[in-house]
Amino acid sequence: MAMQSSGAAPALPQAQRVMAAIADHRVLVSLVALALLPWLLPSKALAVNVLIYGVVVMGYNLLFGYTGLLSFGHAAFFGTGAYLTGIAIGRFGLPWFAAVPLAIAASTVLAAAIGTISTRTRGIYFSMVTLALAQLVYYVALQASSWTGGENGLRGFTVDHVNLLGLQINFLDPVNKYYVLMAFAALAIWAQSRILNSPFGAVIEAIRENEQRARACGYDVERCKLIVFMLSGAISAIGGCMSALHLSIVPLDILHYQTSGMIVMMVLLGGARSFFGPFIGAAVFLILEDVVSIWTPHWQIVVGAIFVGFVLFLPKGIWGTLLDLLPAARERR
Amino acid sequence: MPSYNRPGPGGISRRNALLGASAGIATLAMPRLGRAADDTIRIGFPTPLTGPFAAEARDQVKCAELAVKLVNDKGGIAGRKVELLVRDDKLNAGEAATRTLELIEKDKVHAVVGALSSAVQLAVNEVTRARGVIYVSISQSDTINEAKDFSKFTFHEALNPHMTTAAVARQTLKKGMKVAHLVADYAYGHEMLRGFKRAQAAIGADTVGEILHPFGAADYSTFMPRLMSLRPDVLCISNFGRDQANAIKQAVDFGIKQQMKIVVPVILHNQRLAVGPDVFEGVVGGANYYWGLETQNKTAAEFNAAFRAANGGAIPTDYGAYGYSGVGSLLMAMQAAGGTETDKVVAGLEALQYDLTKGPQHYRKCDHQSVQSVLVLESKKKSAMANDSDLFAIVASDPGADEMLRSCSELGHAT
Amino acid sequence: MDLSLIIMQLFSGIALGAVLVITALGLTIVFGMLGVVNFAHGALFMIGAYAGLYLASLTGSFWWGLLLAPLLVGAFGMLIERVLVRRLYGRSVDDPLLLTFGLSYILVEGVRIVFGSDGIPFPTPSQLIGVVDLGFGFFPKYRLFVIALVAVVLLALWLMLEKTRVGLIVRAGARDPQIMRVLGVDIGRVWLAIFGLGVGLAALGGVLAGPMRSVNPEMGTLVLAEAFVVTVIGGLGSIVGAVVAGLMVGVCISMVALFAPEMATIVMFALMAAVLLVRPQGLFGLKGRA
Repeated sequence: MAMQSSGAAPALPQAQRVMAAIADHRVLVSLVALALLPWLLPSKALAVNVLIYGVVVMGYNLLFGYTGLLSFGHAAFFGTGAYLTGIAIGRFGLPWFAAVPLAIAASTVLAAAIGTISTRTRGIYFSMVTLALAQLVYYVALQASSWTGGENGLRGFTVDHVNLLGLQINFLDPVNKYYVLMAFAALAIWAQSRILNSPFGAVIEAIRENEQRARACGYDVERCKLIVFMLSGAISAIGGCMSALHLSIVPLDILHYQTSGMIVMMVLLGGARSFFGPFIGAAVFLILEDVVSIWTPHWQIVVGAIFVGFVLFLPKGIWGTLLDLLPAARERR
Repeated sequence: MPSYNRPGPGGISRRNALLGASAGIATLAMPRLGRAADDTIRIGFPTPLTGPFAAEARDQVKCAELAVKLVNDKGGIAGRKVELLVRDDKLNAGEAATRTLELIEKDKVHAVVGALSSAVQLAVNEVTRARGVIYVSISQSDTINEAKDFSKFTFHEALNPHMTTAAVARQTLKKGMKVAHLVADYAYGHEMLRGFKRAQAAIGADTVGEILHPFGAADYSTFMPRLMSLRPDVLCISNFGRDQANAIKQAVDFGIKQQMKIVVPVILHNQRLAVGPDVFEGVVGGANYYWGLETQNKTAAEFNAAFRAANGGAIPTDYGAYGYSGVGSLLMAMQAAGGTETDKVVAGLEALQYDLTKGPQHYRKCDHQSVQSVLVLESKKKSAMANDSDLFAIVASDPGADEMLRSCSELGHAT
Repeated sequence: MDLSLIIMQLFSGIALGAVLVITALGLTIVFGMLGVVNFAHGALFMIGAYAGLYLASLTGSFWWGLLLAPLLVGAFGMLIERVLVRRLYGRSVDDPLLLTFGLSYILVEGVRIVFGSDGIPFPTPSQLIGVVDLGFGFFPKYRLFVIALVAVVLLALWLMLEKTRVGLIVRAGARDPQIMRVLGVDIGRVWLAIFGLGVGLAALGGVLAGPMRSVNPEMGTLVLAEAFVVTVIGGLGSIVGAVVAGLMVGVCISMVALFAPEMATIVMFALMAAVLLVRPQGLFGLKGRA
């Protein structure tokens, strides 16, 4: 194996070359890791949850990590994706492959609406406004109980068979369900990677670094913020669709600000502004919650303490801190 | 667990690809998971160990464990021991669905008992019925009786609002009385209102006003002026848990008790403890169980004695009793079926006549609702309490009868 | 619908508004002076209620609880500022929000561990039990007391900020901390005091709310959302805004309760969305802040 990589550049240690290669093939690496996940975790249902929340947090990361907008109301898109999938299948009898795109499209429209109002503000106001608007969605869902089931949640849309390319797959089997949902996740991961690699991806990072300068360079910052808001909402809505198909119910709590808070915690734990951070954060959070719940009913204090610790000492999250330890890999996030 | 196989950069390891593919093909056509060929009988028990009803959840666990212990002490079921798998559903429907999936898929339970809130019970039900697993719900709500959510594997051991409101109305309303309603604006609240109004109509009392309040509201002061201006004889408060405690407390603050009698569909042991005797004094409500029943009912006395023996002299609460009768009735049916074969146990439950806590009970065929007695209790004033546990006086105990329930056809069932 | 009912409803709206004002005040002051959004505000409100209850039962008097609880919890707040929040100044403006968010989990669960998850009764002080005939209806004495106390607190706060040297330092410190340092003022001490004040006000709100509602570990959750709505409508950082918005929201909820009571909570959020569409910085907020 050649020790010099190119011209006069110094030899890169093996670890950094591995990291560089991982960064280059991030979609593939993600998919491989996810394919293995159900066999590594104590339960398949936990693995599916990691998948679902990973996708939701990934969408959120586009807004928070890459564009620097701390939204506290992302549960609105997660929940809307789930509810609309359930309503389309349960009430209108649509097959899942028609329900899901419909739900994603509608959630994107909602993201456009909420985005228009909230991007008029910045900084802390933005966070407060997104929180309050998402709570509004929660209360509307609670009131519209003939559509959403209200407090009881939405039921009656269980998908037990999935017809794929002529093959009928039993969706109730946990392993089958995982891999079918992984296909959704793959789509979301691929979309995320495309967005980040595109010129638009560079613009949103520019906005995070220095909004004034981005504006001075001629970019329509307001429009970019709105677009990223919509994309972020759409990807998180994919997570919502997955959740509806997985649980066969949509609980009202999916729209509550505490769910938004959980999403924020996961992205911080994993590492905002990193590609693998969302899934790592989701996995760590959910596994932690699962494990700690077995020892004590007071798991919230452990999770809260860990989160505070991260905010204080490891603000880049697990993956971000890991990358920081490898200087050359830092640029190739 | 297979050892962690790290893939080289850019490649899926062949071993895991084969593993995944073969697993997928092997399980493709199976609609139902086989139960592990293991001797122990496992019962899943999701309950809200964290959250506002943690105390009720703990009571339920203690009583459920008592029911299991009594069966195991007598040799188990067909020689097999019973094990209770308690899980925290955090009073969250999504969490409950996940826990139930784990119980069925990973722990391979033979049946599930539990749930406190209506949303949780419906979530658990959705998971169990799709997979043909028996579920005995102990959550007090009407919805699970209806055809839409029904399945032949689901049984409802708890009371529902229809039964409790009717019993309470019979004891407190008279012909010609004026009744006002304060109702929580969500499914459960509406169920209670519906029950009250039906019973009212039969008695001949009139509704002078209905005020809906947002579910989870902490402040009721904005509803008080209008309630007082209606000048009713009786105020029916149709909400639950903390909402009920807050509503009653604030109503008392506004002096409402001087003008009218306060009545609730379900009067809760722990809420009474949370708010104190002075606020609750004179409030009348329904209940499935109260330990004071031991003076009137032999089964209650036996249940209390067994609970005291296992729990250092403590008395079982209303919610606790559900844990006991839910698990207990299931175990009795399994005993009759000689094991855990689903269809036999279902038949066993449908045919079951049981008396575990307060008197004879059985499951009605069309909707699997447990027909049982309903207690009507009145909260005692402080000076009338003999000891710290002497919270209520038993006003009445309506014996169970099919007529207490909504008719099968009304619920959408064939029978 | 007769006039006395409408007046009575308006009055209960003002009473409700008073409670909203006192809970929002602490949040807006801390943001205005320190630029920190305290997500643990609801949890501290709840701790105030527990502290008030505990001290009242310890000393045998509600009044001692009312006096001491805000002071003790305010001191606790200062400890939080010193040990945790202070490390985050100079970092991203989002970090204190995230920190206090995690802190709220710790505080709520901590209370559950110490006091249990059940509701605990908070008896109304004997001097304030009963109702007063206001002419247009009967109103609980305790709620009248709450309105009066909130008015007194607002007056005291205004006097402190406008008429005293300490208040001058605080206001100047909010405007330009650099100059304050140059002038020899220990701005760190000022921030410490302000954070303590904000937390103390939250605790005061909790003690006042205790006798009106059941005291339980979850009582801060809804209060936090309400406080956010009121501060956003009024303008983050503006005390006048918090007062006006609090009263406005209280009266709004109350009047809506006459016609469509189940919409009361939605109305609050809808109002906020409406204000934001017209004036994104809130009614009295300064444009371009943060």
